[in-house]
Amino acid sequence: MATTTATPTPAPKVNRIGLTVLDYRGGKTTLCAGCGHNAISERIIDAMYEMGVQPERVIKPSGIGCSSKSPAYFMSRSHSFNAVHGRMPSVATGAMLANHKLIALGVSGDGDTASIGIGQFVHLMRRNLPIIYIIEDNGVYGLTKGQFSATADLGSKLKTGVVNDLPPIDTCAMAITLGATLVGRSFSGDKRQLHSLLKAAIAHKGTVMLDVVSPCVTFNDHEGSTKSYKYMKDHEEPLQELSFVPAFEEINVEYDAGTTVEVTMHDGSRLRLSKLEEDYDATNRIKAISRLHEAHEKGEVLTGLFYVNPEAPSFIDMLNVTDEPLATLPESVTRPGREALEQVMEELR
Amino acid sequence: MATTDVALHEAFGQREPKRVVNNMSIQVATVNGSGSQSSNTVLLRSIFQMGVPVSGKNLFPSNIAGLPTWYTIRANKDGYIARKKEIDFVIAMNAETAQEDVMSLAPGAAVLYDEPLKLNALRNDLIFYPVPYDKLVAPVCPEAKLRKLVKNMIYVGVAAQLLGIDMAEVEKALRKQFATKVKAANLNLAAVRAGFDYATANLTKQDPYFIQRMDKNQGMIIIDGNSAAALGCMFAGVTVVTWYPITPSSSLVETLIDYMKEYRIGPDGKATFAIVQAEDELAAIGMVLGAGWAGARSMTATAGPGISLMAEFAGLSYYAEVPGVVWDIQRVGPSTGLPTRTSQGDVLSTAFLSHGDTKNILLFPCSVAECFSMAQDAFNLAEQFQTLVFVMSDLDLGMNNWMSDPFEYPKAPIDRGKVLTKEDLDRMGGFARYKDVDNDGIGYRTLPGTEHPAAAYFTRGTGHNEKSGYSERPDDFEKNMERINKKFETARAFVPRPELMAGKSKAKIGIIAYGTSHWGIIEARDQLRDEYNIETDYLRLKAYPFSREVHEFIEQHERVYVVEQNRDAQMLCLIKLDIKPELVTRLRSIAHIHGLPLDARSVTDELTSMEGK
Repeated sequence: MATTTATPTPAPKVNRIGLTVLDYRGGKTTLCAGCGHNAISERIIDAMYEMGVQPERVIKPSGIGCSSKSPAYFMSRSHSFNAVHGRMPSVATGAMLANHKLIALGVSGDGDTASIGIGQFVHLMRRNLPIIYIIEDNGVYGLTKGQFSATADLGSKLKTGVVNDLPPIDTCAMAITLGATLVGRSFSGDKRQLHSLLKAAIAHKGTVMLDVVSPCVTFNDHEGSTKSYKYMKDHEEPLQELSFVPAFEEINVEYDAGTTVEVTMHDGSRLRLSKLEEDYDATNRIKAISRLHEAHEKGEVLTGLFYVNPEAPSFIDMLNVTDEPLATLPESVTRPGREALEQVMEELR
Repeated sequence: MATTDVALHEAFGQREPKRVVNNMSIQVATVNGSGSQSSNTVLLRSIFQMGVPVSGKNLFPSNIAGLPTWYTIRANKDGYIARKKEIDFVIAMNAETAQEDVMSLAPGAAVLYDEPLKLNALRNDLIFYPVPYDKLVAPVCPEAKLRKLVKNMIYVGVAAQLLGIDMAEVEKALRKQFATKVKAANLNLAAVRAGFDYATANLTKQDPYFIQRMDKNQGMIIIDGNSAAALGCMFAGVTVVTWYPITPSSSLVETLIDYMKEYRIGPDGKATFAIVQAEDELAAIGMVLGAGWAGARSMTATAGPGISLMAEFAGLSYYAEVPGVVWDIQRVGPSTGLPTRTSQGDVLSTAFLSHGDTKNILLFPCSVAECFSMAQDAFNLAEQFQTLVFVMSDLDLGMNNWMSDPFEYPKAPIDRGKVLTKEDLDRMGGFARYKDVDNDGIGYRTLPGTEHPAAAYFTRGTGHNEKSGYSERPDDFEKNMERINKKFETARAFVPRPELMAGKSKAKIGIIAYGTSHWGIIEARDQLRDEYNIETDYLRLKAYPFSREVHEFIEQHERVYVVEQNRDAQMLCLIKLDIKPELVTRLRSIAHIHGLPLDARSVTDELTSMEGK
């Protein structure tokens, strides 16, 4: 018998609901090595884990495309619905009507959102449905081998040399215009910023629209592309340094009120914006839209939190639905009694 | 001999004087947007309250105001309430169509007309009753801008006097129509009285048509199919409704909204439902699927163009196995077609809606009572079979008023299908979403939000295996498709069974029909027996897939006429695919595509001509 005492295996690190980061993992990715989408999946796993979100409460609706396959690669303990091309918003809306206690994390792509899905995207944004809508934006259709999408920048070049001669749709400017209540842009390679934005998204009640530039290593990462890793590293202009303090953490770090603004989220969490651009105000919708248009004029790739309104009523609030999820209401509630039918029949006699 | 009979006898010496009691077709020709709907409903209700079986059919244009519209009321002591082609009594209020309306009448018909139209100059073989509406309306309606609407109430009074409808019943019907608007009721009642009094003083009854009190409608209700469907959905426990307005389905959801606000608000003042007007039919059906997937009883209502747009999602529902209910209030297509006319033209396209091998469950209500009961069948079937169920109503059923026995409160409890709870999973440890555990083709599902680590599964329209994992394996795909087909085979025994109406003696001829064609068929069968000595058996279909009764019926008859309201014999095509090849030659098609509700005479004529009579 050995005389040495065995060192106890350290207990795995758990979050506030007792789950390990492994409980948030998904299946093995089948996307290309180096695809930006995989990095976004990793950030989602980290954010959900750190926020202590019960994975069973999360649903992962998606459309069609490389981006929309990615829900298979994170959070296997959450229900997924890989729907039809461009129409994840309606599926997500239906699911949230059925059970508003769910947390919807929708994944779409730039083709899925800005072309075939632009109609449903527009109407989702105007309803302020509680959902985190992520566009994994690479400017091309991957699964059909590299055609331009509607977010491709003017003058951007395909591998084949074809130059895009149409202006891009700015999904963030659109989302703010239409009524989304937390809107930002990030880059799959900007780990810190994306992490903070995702945590703020989880704390937000209403429509979150995050456009995450996510380079396609196979079809759109070459010289001449404006959605490549290199282009993003050279041109990304963050508006702020973001940090997020969840409601359940009692950390009070002093900050300089002159350069930092704190936004209190609906659940009491705080999002700190250390301004890199002095006069930018992320609660001003009109200025946000104007700044985005200005960025296009200047050829900047602006990132960060563009707009937030933590208090706007959500679509669920407006519908005044009962607290219990509609999905599981018992028959005693959903089927009126005999006297109700008799009353209606009497009126029709 | 009554003086009226003398008058008739003198006017048409060739005709035998007679009284035609409780057997007539009244047509009111007006301009749409002139408020004639209220007048026509009052007239219909008055006859209904007289205890005479009656139906009302609105033939209206796709327009807000200014185009011609016709309303046909059929009163029949024997209970025939299908459309009748021949009009006996015309109320001509529309200058634009008056001439044509009058010219198309059979000799002896009566015409009640606006005096300045001078219709009496057109023919000398009709009975004319001139009414000076403008002169009569002015004293009862001082407010000039209301006169256009009130004017139409005058003809109700004139017709009541001429036909012998009790004014007390007219007043009762009118008070019901304007239930909460006492002022409007009084104004309109004054107009009805003005018409009645004018007729008493100035018109001599010359036509033979009379309404006489009967006792056939005791306890019955009047309702349109869309309202009946709305009630059915409410009592079926619908929780999520998503829709996009389209004629003739819009009133289904609009009525549902009213009923739900009245009966489905909880004690906390909060709704036990969500109704959302979507941006289009693509979104409406997407929301239905999302809600059905997450556990709601979800539905939408639409018409042909909406069905076309829903095709892709229908395939996803079929293959990913997501429940939902779709009401198709059929109208005439293709394309925009005749958007305000009735049809059964979506049968084939809806049965196979979507790409790939897709087969959908369809239900065919023929009456308002079935709109109510099949709403419950539809939701139960959708959740039992985890697929979309289409209820194939039509404009005639959905938008017209029908008499009915009162609806029966649902007998069976709501069936939510195979859903595993947390407790089930605790016991079982896990599950395979698409595994055929019970040998009926139907797998078990979990709802998002189920608090168990093994509850989640991945729903997708791409190839998948039993455990809902992504799979492009040929054997996985084939096995899965065969299992889904097995569900469809299982459904044959669970959908509403067809109704057999046997002839009085053994019949060689069978008739198969469905939906609103029913009303023309029951009358046509009597015509065939009484006028041609042809005995028929009749099988009314209520659902697709077909149950064994359909096969047996065809086996038992030498010739089977499939009557339907489309050009291409769509139901006949579905039957052909289902029966033994040697039986196919027994099928014959009687098809109608003119957009008007099916009448008995057309069926009788076509069937006898095909029988060589």
